[in-house]
Amino acid sequence: MTTQQIFSPLPGIFYRRPAPDKPAYKNDGDVVADSDTIGLIEVMKSFNEVKAGTTGKILRFLAENEEAVMAGQPIAEIDV
Amino acid sequence: MAIKKLLIANRGEIAVRINRAARELGIATVQVYSMADKDSLAVRLADESVEIGPPQASKSYLNQATILAAAKATGADAVHPGYGFLAENAEFAAAVEAAHLTFVGPTAQSIRLMGDKVAAREAAAAAGVPTVPGSRGRLESTEAAFALVETTGFPVMIKAAAGGGGRGIRVARSADEFNHLMPQAQAEALAAFGDGGLYIERLIEGARHIEVQVLGDGHDVIHCFERECSLQRRRQKVWEEAPSPSLTPAIREKLCASAIALAKAVNYRGAGTLEYLYDDRTHEFYFLEMNTRIQVEHPVTEMVTGIDLVREMIRIAGGEPLRVRQDDVRVTGHSIEVRINAEDPTRNFMPNPGTVSALSIPGGDGVRFDSMLYQGYTVPPFYDSLLGKLIVHDKDRPNAIRKLSRALAELSVEGLATTKPLHQALARDADVQAGRFHTAWLEPWLELHASSIITDQASPVARAIL
Repeated sequence: MTTQQIFSPLPGIFYRRPAPDKPAYKNDGDVVADSDTIGLIEVMKSFNEVKAGTTGKILRFLAENEEAVMAGQPIAEIDV
Repeated sequence: MAIKKLLIANRGEIAVRINRAARELGIATVQVYSMADKDSLAVRLADESVEIGPPQASKSYLNQATILAAAKATGADAVHPGYGFLAENAEFAAAVEAAHLTFVGPTAQSIRLMGDKVAAREAAAAAGVPTVPGSRGRLESTEAAFALVETTGFPVMIKAAAGGGGRGIRVARSADEFNHLMPQAQAEALAAFGDGGLYIERLIEGARHIEVQVLGDGHDVIHCFERECSLQRRRQKVWEEAPSPSLTPAIREKLCASAIALAKAVNYRGAGTLEYLYDDRTHEFYFLEMNTRIQVEHPVTEMVTGIDLVREMIRIAGGEPLRVRQDDVRVTGHSIEVRINAEDPTRNFMPNPGTVSALSIPGGDGVRFDSMLYQGYTVPPFYDSLLGKLIVHDKDRPNAIRKLSRALAELSVEGLATTKPLHQALARDADVQAGRFHTAWLEPWLELHASSIITDQASPVARAIL
């Protein structure tokens, strides 16, 4: 068991939900597959999906919903 | 009362533009900014600046209470909202006035009226301005819908009242299709939006987007002729010009007279724009909506009329009457504006924030670059992608297009991908040169001409030759 981080591919605003009235894509403790979407990054009014990029279990999110993030900033920790 | 200190409640190139206009009028400026815009050009140019919150617009540029508090703290006596953000928010306009400050724009009542689609359409109809044939608001029954299409003709769009942004729209090209689609549309609207309400609008295919600039002082209104903005991608204008290459003098006169009729009917104050669809085969135009603010593409009007719209709107807000008479507004030559966005046209217009490592700005007679850029500036990812606008003016349209190509070749924004190569490709295109386009022209063109959009590295000047 090792811990990996998922990094934001872009600078922008991080969202954990597909829409304000929808549940979060993933929560702490959820098992994710490589191609699962874990959040969105809004950059210049365009929305880009962030993929898990690996298979494992999400330990915790490091970035909050609607937080401003930099490219390369860790947004979640995952147990692979 | 004349404005002495103006708070600019916006960012980017329009904040720079407003700052310059205010200074030219001898008015001091206060620039509000989010944490992400601390290093912006607008902040650097302003006399004073006040931070109003975190990067997210909802917590800064849309935070009315913080903006009003900044005005109070700095002793500003007026607020200019620019475009976007709070520019067409009637509650904000009212709150500014309630705080005994001047709102540089129309009354809250005008903003509210024109922001309500059904009310705006009714005001237009009452002023004798043609609107797109269709239902006045939602249809109450299918019987009413069938009766209505007898008068509108085909094709018609059936729109879900609760839809928006292009969702829930169907097109019927005949009565048979309409009979078939109507119940289906109703059932689907009910399932998708929990509201089976529909409205109907005639579809004007191949229409152009033409808009009329007006200036009013609350008593009198003048027009400053039209702009054509038919080159659009995803409903965003990318290239705008004045005058329109497609209007005859007689239609132009009718169109501008209709804009005046509506703006006068609502005692309009400030700068405003009436948007129309224009069918150049039938020479018919239809009012779409009125934007109660300064627009991104206002410079092309300034270039051909010599009227500084931003200065005029500030003077009007300060209580001055209109200083230009309709007879003195004349169009000289032709002007084109292209939007330089931080988007990569060779990669499906992917947004591209980053740092400007080097910047060359084109010059020469009739070339204007309204932008928020400077060398070393880092473009934040939190707002729209507009970096600036390249505007040219020349004696006629062919010369303006040649000047645009020349100026684009001189423009260099290093460190970011921009839409510059798109505009270079458009300026070379035979249809663009002939003025043969409409609002649905650019998107299919992009699919077919992706390879003609080349990021210039080697010889930009050679490529600019038409």
